[in-house]
Amino acid sequence: MMNDMPQEAVQEQTRRIGDVVLDLQNISLSFGGVKALTNISFDVREHEIRSIIGPNGAGKSSMLNVINGVYHPQEGRILFRGEERRKMEPHVAAAQGIARTFQNIALFKGMSVLDNIMTGRNLKMKCGLLAHAMFWGPAQKEEIEHRKKVEEVIDFLEIQSIRKTPVGRLPYGLQKRVELGRALAAEPSLLLLDEPMAGMNVEEKQDMCRFILDVNDQFGTTIVLIEHDMGVVMDISDRVVVLDYGKKIGDGAPDEVKNNPEVIAAYLGTSH
Amino acid sequence: MLYREAGQFKASYIEDQQIFPIRQDKIGFIAILAFFSLVVPMIASEYWLQAILIPVLIFSLAAIGLNILTGYAGQLSLGSAAFMAVGAFGAYNFMLRIDGMPFIAALILGGLCAALVGIAFGLPSLRIKGFYLAVATLAAQFFIVWALVKFPWFSNNSTSGVISAQKVEILGFAFDTPVSKYLLTLAVVAVFALLAKNLVRTTTGRSWMAVRDMDVAAEVIGIRPMRAKLSAFAVSSFYCGVAGALYAYTYLGTVEPEGFSLDLSFRILFMIIIGGVASIMGSFLGAAFIVLLPIFLNVAMHALFAGTMPAGLASNLELIIFGGLIIFFLIVEPHGLARLWQIGKEKLRLWPFPH
Amino acid sequence: MQFFFEVLIGGLLSGVLYVLVALGFVLIYKASGVFNFAQGAMVFFAALTFVGFRELLPGLTGLDPEGALVFWMAFVLALGAMIVLGILTEKIVLRPLVNQPHITLFMATIGLTFLVEGIAQGIWGANVRGLSLGIADEPVEWIMDSANMLVSKFDLFAAALAGVLVASLALFFQYTKVGRALRAVADDHQAALSIGIPLQQIWAIVWAVAGFVALVAGLIWGARSGVQFALTFTALKALPVLILGGFTSVPGAIVGGLIIGASEKLAEVYIGPFVGGGIEGWFPYMLALAFLLVRPEGLFGERHIDRV
Repeated sequence: MMNDMPQEAVQEQTRRIGDVVLDLQNISLSFGGVKALTNISFDVREHEIRSIIGPNGAGKSSMLNVINGVYHPQEGRILFRGEERRKMEPHVAAAQGIARTFQNIALFKGMSVLDNIMTGRNLKMKCGLLAHAMFWGPAQKEEIEHRKKVEEVIDFLEIQSIRKTPVGRLPYGLQKRVELGRALAAEPSLLLLDEPMAGMNVEEKQDMCRFILDVNDQFGTTIVLIEHDMGVVMDISDRVVVLDYGKKIGDGAPDEVKNNPEVIAAYLGTSH
Repeated sequence: MLYREAGQFKASYIEDQQIFPIRQDKIGFIAILAFFSLVVPMIASEYWLQAILIPVLIFSLAAIGLNILTGYAGQLSLGSAAFMAVGAFGAYNFMLRIDGMPFIAALILGGLCAALVGIAFGLPSLRIKGFYLAVATLAAQFFIVWALVKFPWFSNNSTSGVISAQKVEILGFAFDTPVSKYLLTLAVVAVFALLAKNLVRTTTGRSWMAVRDMDVAAEVIGIRPMRAKLSAFAVSSFYCGVAGALYAYTYLGTVEPEGFSLDLSFRILFMIIIGGVASIMGSFLGAAFIVLLPIFLNVAMHALFAGTMPAGLASNLELIIFGGLIIFFLIVEPHGLARLWQIGKEKLRLWPFPH
Repeated sequence: MQFFFEVLIGGLLSGVLYVLVALGFVLIYKASGVFNFAQGAMVFFAALTFVGFRELLPGLTGLDPEGALVFWMAFVLALGAMIVLGILTEKIVLRPLVNQPHITLFMATIGLTFLVEGIAQGIWGANVRGLSLGIADEPVEWIMDSANMLVSKFDLFAAALAGVLVASLALFFQYTKVGRALRAVADDHQAALSIGIPLQQIWAIVWAVAGFVALVAGLIWGARSGVQFALTFTALKALPVLILGGFTSVPGAIVGGLIIGASEKLAEVYIGPFVGGGIEGWFPYMLALAFLLVRPEGLFGERHIDRV
C-alpha cells in the first residue's frame, strides 16, 4: 500500500495542522461492571487525520461513541473546541459539526441513495412541518437548494448512476460510500470513520482512501479514523493512538507507533 | 408502447422532484381524479356512494394516518380507531358548543384534538419500541372509548355516548344528499392525501423513515428522535381524527364510542399491510380492499346458498380470509398491493420487451 | 380491611388466569423471539375444541357425557389439535418470516389471531358454550368460618393447577435434553444451530408446548366465564402482564400476572366508583404503560445494551 499512493503522501506533508479541537481527558467507560475504556486521554488537532487502532475489542468503536455522545463515559472530561461537554446527546454533537460512519453500515435501508444523503442535510433545513405539507415557496426552494448540495456530494463520491436506487440493493462497498456521503452532506468539521474500508477489495480501498484524503484536503475536515489495514493507517494518518483492552498503549506519529514495543506485543503477542 | 419515459428529460431539480416525474403518470392521475369527481357522481347509485365509496375514502384517510405512523415512522399502533373517535367527538363538540362554527374548521379542530391525544399516548414511544408500544396504543384504545362512554359531557349527555352529527353546511350550501356528501369527502381526502404525500417526500418524511430504519444513526446525523416520533404521532392522529369526523358527518351520521373498537383498529392496520406499508397509494388500495371484501363475500355467499346460508359463515370466512391474507402478504409481498402496482408499471415501461 | 383482603385474594386468583396465558407468550418469545399475539386466540381455539369434542364424543361412542373417559378423550383430542396447530403455525407462518423485523412477525401473529378465530368458530360454531370441570365456583367453607372471607374453591383449584403446570414446565426445561436445547436456542439462535441443535424441531416443540399451555388456560378460563369469543380479548391482558414481568422471564410472568390481577380488582373496587366504573378494561394497560416509563425491561427482564 505504501507505494500505491505517492501523490497523497506528498500532500500530507503540505497540509497544515492546526490547534487542538478535541481533547479527551482520562475517559473511563463501563457497561454494568465491564470496563470498555480505562483512563484514556488523547487529543485531535484541526485538519489532521487521527487514527485509532488496536485489536478487536480494544474499545475503538466505544471511543467514537463517546466522542459523538452515543455513550456517556462515567469518568473523564471531553473538551470540544475548548468547551467542556457533559452528557451530550448525539444530535447535539451533530449540530456542533461532528458526523460519523459506522462499523456495520447504518444506512436507512428503505430509502434511496439520494434520500439517505439528503438526511445528512437535515440539520441545515429550517422549514417546518406545515411548509413541507404544502411544498410551496420556501419549502420547495429549500429542498431544491439542498438537493444541489447533495448532488455535489454525489459527484464527489462518483455515485451519480445509483442516486435513485434503494440502498438495500447496493453492494457492500457502495453502501459504505453512500454512508460516507451522508456524513459529508452535513458538511462536518470533525468526521469520525469507523472502519470505512472493512471488507473491501483493493480497488475499493484505494477509492475510499482517495475520498478520505480529498475530504481532508479540500474541505479541511478533521478526521478520526478506525481502521484495521495497517498499510492504510500508517500511510494516511498524521498521528495514531493505539488501544488494547480499553487502555491506551501507544500514541504518536505512525513511525513512532510502529516501533513501540508494547504495540508490537499487542499485535503479535498473546492477545491477538 | 404508450407508457415510456424516453424523451422526457429533467432539466432542473424541481422537475425531478415532482410527485409524478413521468408524464403519463400525471395524466393518469388527473384522469382518475376527474373520473371520481365528475363521472362517478353521475353514474353511481345511492348504495354505491353511501355504502362503498364514502367509507372507502374515509378509511383511506385513516389508513394514510396509520401509514404515517407505522409505515413511515415505524411505530406500531393498535389504537387508530380510538383516535378516529377523538376526532369525531371533538368535531361534534366544536359544532355543538360554538355557534356558527364552520364545518371545515370543526373538522380540523377535531383532528387537532386527536393530534394532542396522539402526542400524549405517543410519549412512551420515546422509551419503548415495537410491540411494547403496541401496548401503549392498546391503552389508548381502551381508555379513550371508555372515557367517551363514561363522561356524558363528550356526547352532550346522551345515553351510552351516542352522538348524532349536526347538519353539514358550508357557505350556505347544505351537504345532505349522498352525492354532495361524497364530493365533500372526496375533496377533503384528496387534499389531505396530497399534503401527506408532500410530507413524506420531504425532510419531515425522511426524518420519520430515518428513525424507522435505524434510530441510532438518525440521531447521529442530527435527527431528534423525540421530535420525529412525536410529530409522526401527531400527524398520524390528526389524519385519523379527521377521518373519524368524516365517519360521523358524511358516512354514518350517528356514531357511538363502542363503534370505534379494537376491531376497527385492526381493520385499519390490515388496510396498510395489504395495501402497502409506507405508501400513500397503498392506503387507498388497502382501504378499498378491506371495505369491499366483506361486501363481496356476502354477495357471493348469498348467491351460493340462496337463503339457506349457515349462520355466521360469512363472518367466519371473513376472519379466515383477512387473517390468511395478512400472513400471505407479509410473507410473499410485504409491500402489499402498492408494490404489485409498481411492478406492473415497471413491466409496462418495458413492454413489449422482457428487459 | 377484611374486604380489602377478600378483593386482593380474589384478584390474585384471577391473576392466575393471566399467568397461564402469559406463560404461553413467554415460552414462544424466549425460544423464537416472536411475540405471539395469537396466544389469546389459541386459548379460545383450545377451549372451543375441547368443548366441541366433549359434546361430539358421547353421540359417537355412547359414553357418559359427564364421565371421566369422555373428558380425557376430549382433552387428548384437543391437545392433539393444539399441537397440530402449533406445528403448522411454526411451519407455515413463522418459518418463511425468519429474520424479518420483529414488527413484521408481530403483525403476522395478528393475522394468525383472525385466522385461528375464524377457523375455530367455523368448525364449532360461534355460540357461547358452558364448560364444567366438576369443581364448583363456591366459597371454601373453612376459610369462611375461620377468617370470614369468601374465597372460591374453583379459584384455589385453578391456582394449584397453574402451580403444578409451572413446576412441571420448569422441571422439563431444566432436566430434559429438549429443555436444555431450548434454553440454548433462547440464548443464541446462531450458536445453538452451530452446535447441532435442530432449531426448527425445537421451535415446533415450543409451539406444541405453548398449545398445551393454551389448552390448560382455556379449560380454566372457559369454566370460569364460558367459552366465547371474548376470551381472545381478555387474553390480551397478558400483554401488560408481560410488560410488568419482562418478556423472557417465567417468574416474571407469574409475578406480573398476580400484580395485574390484584391491582385491577383493587382499582375497580376502590377507584372505579369515583369515575363511573368499568376501569378494569383499561387499567392494566395504563399500569403497564406507567411502569414502562420507569423500567422498560420489566421486573425480571434483561436490560438490553444497543451496540453500534
